[in-house]
Amino acid sequence: MKKVLLWSVVLMLSISMIAAFSLSGCKEEEPVEEAVEEEAEEEVEEEEPEEVVEEEVEEEKKFDGVTLSIMIHGDSPTKEWIELFSELVEEELGIKSIIELTLGGVEGETITKTRIAAGELPDITEYNVGALLQALNPAENFYDISNEPYAENISEDFKAAASVGDKLFGIPTAPGTVGGWLYNKKIYEELGLEIPTTWEQLMDNCQKVQDAGYTAVLGTYGDSWTAQIVVLADYYNVSSAVPDFAEKYTANEAHYADTPEALRSFEKLAETGKYLNKDFATLTYDDGIRALCEGEAAHFPMLTLAFAAISSTYPEAVEDIGIFPQPSDSADVNGFTTWEPEGWFVSKTSENLEAANAWMEWMSSQEAWDAYSTTSQIFGPLLIKGLTYPENVSPLVSEIQSYFDAGSSGPALEFISPVKGPNLAQICVEVGSGMRTALEGAKEYDKDVEKQAQQLGLEGW
Amino acid sequence: MKNSITKNTYSYYYLLPAIIIYTTFFIVPTLISFFFSLTRWTLFDWEFIGLKNFINFFQESSLNIGLRNTLIYASMTSGLKVILGLLIAVFLCSGIRTKNYLRAVIFFPALVSTMAVGAIFKALMNPTRGPINQVLTAIGIEGPSWLGNPDLALFSVIFVDVWKGVGIATVIYIAGLMSIPPHYYEACDVDGGNSFQKFTHITLPLVRPAMNAVIILSLVGGLKSFDIIWAMTGGGPGFASDVLASVVYKQYINGFYGLATAGNVILLILIAIIAFPLYRFLSRGEVEY
Repeated sequence: MKKVLLWSVVLMLSISMIAAFSLSGCKEEEPVEEAVEEEAEEEVEEEEPEEVVEEEVEEEKKFDGVTLSIMIHGDSPTKEWIELFSELVEEELGIKSIIELTLGGVEGETITKTRIAAGELPDITEYNVGALLQALNPAENFYDISNEPYAENISEDFKAAASVGDKLFGIPTAPGTVGGWLYNKKIYEELGLEIPTTWEQLMDNCQKVQDAGYTAVLGTYGDSWTAQIVVLADYYNVSSAVPDFAEKYTANEAHYADTPEALRSFEKLAETGKYLNKDFATLTYDDGIRALCEGEAAHFPMLTLAFAAISSTYPEAVEDIGIFPQPSDSADVNGFTTWEPEGWFVSKTSENLEAANAWMEWMSSQEAWDAYSTTSQIFGPLLIKGLTYPENVSPLVSEIQSYFDAGSSGPALEFISPVKGPNLAQICVEVGSGMRTALEGAKEYDKDVEKQAQQLGLEGW
Repeated sequence: MKNSITKNTYSYYYLLPAIIIYTTFFIVPTLISFFFSLTRWTLFDWEFIGLKNFINFFQESSLNIGLRNTLIYASMTSGLKVILGLLIAVFLCSGIRTKNYLRAVIFFPALVSTMAVGAIFKALMNPTRGPINQVLTAIGIEGPSWLGNPDLALFSVIFVDVWKGVGIATVIYIAGLMSIPPHYYEACDVDGGNSFQKFTHITLPLVRPAMNAVIILSLVGGLKSFDIIWAMTGGGPGFASDVLASVVYKQYINGFYGLATAGNVILLILIAIIAFPLYRFLSRGEVEY
């Protein structure tokens, strides 16, 4: 009996403790010299083969025999594209690719962090930009591409999100995404509604929709991440009212609870509560897409990435679904909050740095994006300047692009500040379903953020 | 005397491999975790911050709700398994005909993967399309949102945990009941005792060792329970069904390694201060006739 007890106590803790143990091992056993040596090796490799390779260019493909390992998310929409692209890049440059699949979301982040800690990062990694990138210590682990010619044409917003200081690390893996309110055009037509330009109008519309017997606002808290969209997509409005919020927020000088314009984001979320579908607490994202496409619900606060799911699962409904920005309290401020796609990153310790660089250059080319459009339809603006859109681009893109061209768009907070609390989704579930008030939720989130900032070692926290 | 024992038994060096492995993989990490619970660490670096992790854990509502829920969860699952397990075991030891079949049926849920059980019950408990609520609707009752209602979610998970775990408790009880010599019951018959007296005066005292095993096993199991909760609610809605283990897991995947280590240390201490005294108390109450 005692043994059983002891074993269960011990087993429970062993996992975290083995991690702790290996950490203390790393600390002692990895002397600085080794790292220096590795870097020196790289430099030698970089310099010497360069000349040889250049002579070979005329007769052979430039990187014959080079194999790159590429780590992507198994569930990401880039999967098909990357397979096609691997063939193209082998034809063109002779680079073979080994594709490793990881998971999306936090599990994938953990895998990447573990690979970094073990010194086993693949040549190319797909990873988030913005706050999550910062947590990886990119300057130590990824190759700085800011001086590469292909980096010049990347859009400024993406550059800002994929940089730390003046060093740029990644290129976009997908077109840009915006957050707003997806709406069912048929219901809007039937009830004679107009696209709202203020929050009040939106709430009016919701009331009319609800009175007509449809779901006014879809809540799909079964997938808790979907609960955050109202708060996150409101950031364009916050930044229009308080332009230096991100800066002050990062420096621990402004918070959600004590900045009325930012608190408003949580209040808006709380206000959607009474218009939610009855089964909001357990409905999943996929169910939500179905309800919107089948005309059961009028609004779904969501990112444009939903259009990929809509076009593949409910292709006949694509034209019935539109998107408008989350309105502010003033009709003059109307713009989209944008989400940067994940980026491609080159490992700093890659043995095939030059090939990886050529791979990145190719990945930013018109040919690459033409290939992309043959595997998935493009629902957002391309983030590399000077590229022309392929033929099958969705009409939504020009609508969204018009906001971009008018300057009515700005990145979500997580792309301009490294501070993002990990529990926002759960807190938003609580606020949206009325378990907490908006103010309590904002306060709770401010505390959540504090832990993140301290873990990152930011100044002022 | 002592010398003759050491001469006749195996050398202590035989213990060495086991001790080395146990020390390297269990003792040392446990001790190291006490240190790292006082730091804020990443995979690359650490910073000593004293008791701040622990203070955070007890102050923040999203963290200390785990503590409260863990105690509710452990005591309720343990209590229900102890009582239901005993009743089922007594029933299955009686003269009914299909008892072998029923014993298999009762034990069967324990063999299924917890994640699978969680996924199945999540589907069964769906408020609109789940069979449970559809049945309730058919008989005119409007079923609640079993996993979506913050006041109910934890109890729904407790129900499933008991459903899955009661089989093991029953098997332990059956083993205990089988070892009670039948002549005690015969003696009781001779004295004219009824079946209730048999239960309270013979079965209950003599099944105590088995009951103690069930109490300790289910309580410790309940305190560190994670998989069924994660599969069914993920700690939600919000934080309503978070227990210590799921809070620790969330801190870990969010990269708050110091907080996660502190949470595990709290869990270790909690289990130790509940389980050890309880075990001593329980074993003191065991009787022999």
